[in-house]
Amino acid sequence: MWEYTDKLKDHFFNPRNVGEVEDPDGVGEVGSMACGDALKLTFKLDENGIIRDAKFKTFGCASAIATSSVLTEMIKGKTLDEAAKVTNRDIANHLGGLPDQKMHCSVMGREALEAAIENYRGGGKKKHELEGRVVCNCFGVTENEIDRVVRENDLTTVEDVTNYCKAGGGCGGCRGEIEKIIEKIQGDKIKQILTATPRRAGKLTNIRKIHLIQQTINEQIRPALRAHGGNIELIDVEGDKVIVAFRGMCAQCMLAEYTMKDVVEAKLREFVSDGLFVEEDKESAQQPHNHRG
Amino acid sequence: METVYFDNNATTKVAEEVLEEFKPLFCELYGNPSSMHTFGGQIGRKIRQARERVAGLLACDPTEIIFTSGGTESDNAATKGTLAAAPGRRKVITTRVEHPAVLTACRDLENHGYTVVELTVDKKGQLDLVELEEHLDDDTALVTIMFANNETGVVFPIEKIAELVTGKGVVFHTDAVQAVGKIPLDLAKSNIDLLSLSGHKLHGPKGVGVLYVRKGTRLAPFILGGHQEAGRRAGTENVPGIVGLGKACELAAESLEDENSKVKYLRDKLENALLQKCPGSRLNGDKDNRLPNTSNISFEYVEGEAILLMLDKYGICASSGSACTSGSLEPSHVLRAMGVPFTAAHGSIRFSLSRYNTEAEIDYTIEKMPPIIKKLRQLSPFVST
Repeated sequence: MWEYTDKLKDHFFNPRNVGEVEDPDGVGEVGSMACGDALKLTFKLDENGIIRDAKFKTFGCASAIATSSVLTEMIKGKTLDEAAKVTNRDIANHLGGLPDQKMHCSVMGREALEAAIENYRGGGKKKHELEGRVVCNCFGVTENEIDRVVRENDLTTVEDVTNYCKAGGGCGGCRGEIEKIIEKIQGDKIKQILTATPRRAGKLTNIRKIHLIQQTINEQIRPALRAHGGNIELIDVEGDKVIVAFRGMCAQCMLAEYTMKDVVEAKLREFVSDGLFVEEDKESAQQPHNHRG
Repeated sequence: METVYFDNNATTKVAEEVLEEFKPLFCELYGNPSSMHTFGGQIGRKIRQARERVAGLLACDPTEIIFTSGGTESDNAATKGTLAAAPGRRKVITTRVEHPAVLTACRDLENHGYTVVELTVDKKGQLDLVELEEHLDDDTALVTIMFANNETGVVFPIEKIAELVTGKGVVFHTDAVQAVGKIPLDLAKSNIDLLSLSGHKLHGPKGVGVLYVRKGTRLAPFILGGHQEAGRRAGTENVPGIVGLGKACELAAESLEDENSKVKYLRDKLENALLQKCPGSRLNGDKDNRLPNTSNISFEYVEGEAILLMLDKYGICASSGSACTSGSLEPSHVLRAMGVPFTAAHGSIRFSLSRYNTEAEIDYTIEKMPPIIKKLRQLSPFVST
């Protein structure tokens, strides 16, 4: 059971400002049914450009509903410039804090607010557009968003990033990439706490090399393939040639060749050795086993 | 506020009769059954009696019972023990809807060079036995398929599956943690090789379970050490747990009929009323092949954790397959495997009853639930009000 503050519970059981403002000046919609939470925020300005009324409709857990409710209270009476300065931390603090795994609810609140302000300023631009490259495909989180939660909340681990914006919380295939984004922003700060991933060594013995290849497949490659109903098996290593077999959806996939070059080979070169190249063991892929379609 | 407990697939109340048998084993009869003195030796008789009681419920031989620390250990011991005893075979078949005790253990095997097949399920949560048959081959060491699903209560045709699998010379294990005590078992007549059960799911204590191993099944021990459990599971016996589990099994055998009449009646009453009174609700699972105590209902366009918290305010305990309650960010793997749409998966609630539930509790819940769903729908941006 989650440890929720009394204030959060109060906002959940007695949510304020539920509904939609009539003839709104700004509308912000974020999240989706698939993601498990979604928020529609509407506001109305008075003649001085101050938020006179704000309402919300939220699909989500108790903390999603409570953060939406408290957000409407926070922004009422503020100018748009003032409201735009509200951070996800401010929202969480207003509730007396949120459990770590629920911080993404406060980020959703901030995003909805931004979307609504953008909508007003852009003269009715319908929806908050995703900006930048999508890193987490499961939850549609972009590099910009990850960058922002890391900076604003001083995050240092992939787990933190997942708690704050869900990225990395699905198949896990993007965790390595999230780690690199954190590393870029936080630099030396995280050197000592990085999770153990296979690290390239100097000269490798054959056994060490095979071990590293297997570890890279297990940790870096399989999770991403699994998310799409596929799998991979290491068949053999001959010198620099790595023979693998694709299973499940991957075995029939037209993109298998692309996946192999793009993902498998790149990951193996990155984590094991530059000279490696990958070959597919077609014969074994045709066996019916491990079909996950 | 009274607690209305509808979360019996998570854990159950320890029966008073179990507690009575349990008590003297702490400060009076605390000996070690392996000891040479009478004081310890008498404990061995207690364990023997417990073993007989478990065997009675399962209709098997007492020597086929190994006591473990619970369902998870039994599942791990069955999987790893079978593979260790069959080093030439490198393939395991399981299903997508297993409990994590099986699924996580199997997926880990992939990292050790095993091929793991996860069978799919249809909309009702049922398996396609033709698919299973296609995958069975000379390389298959183990098939592990749950008896009944913990989330939906869906019961698989385990006897048929066991016959098919063992007929091909492959070892068959079933995680029967949810089934034992709820539906009758007759292992003497079945083809099941290995079966897991857990004490705390049938009004016994936590921290104790059983792995049934059919005579002649090759199984390498999972925990090494002393000679306890005939060398098949080392470690000083959890005597109170084992004795408590024995009593719980005896009680379960006596109340099996109740489960299928009284408990089923209450479950059906609750389920029918909620489906009727809450618009946009749907039943998850196979209505005709289910445990008598479990009901999994989706309330579309609302989120499960929010429902649970509102129920909690009235003292009603249930559980949900929503992402927010699982600690992960994705909804139940069981509902997703069944193709339940996100609109419904996030709002799924599981009610799991026991013989200790009353009709008054059912009526109380039928009264409280519809307004909760209505209130949350009014908050939802996906519902126009």
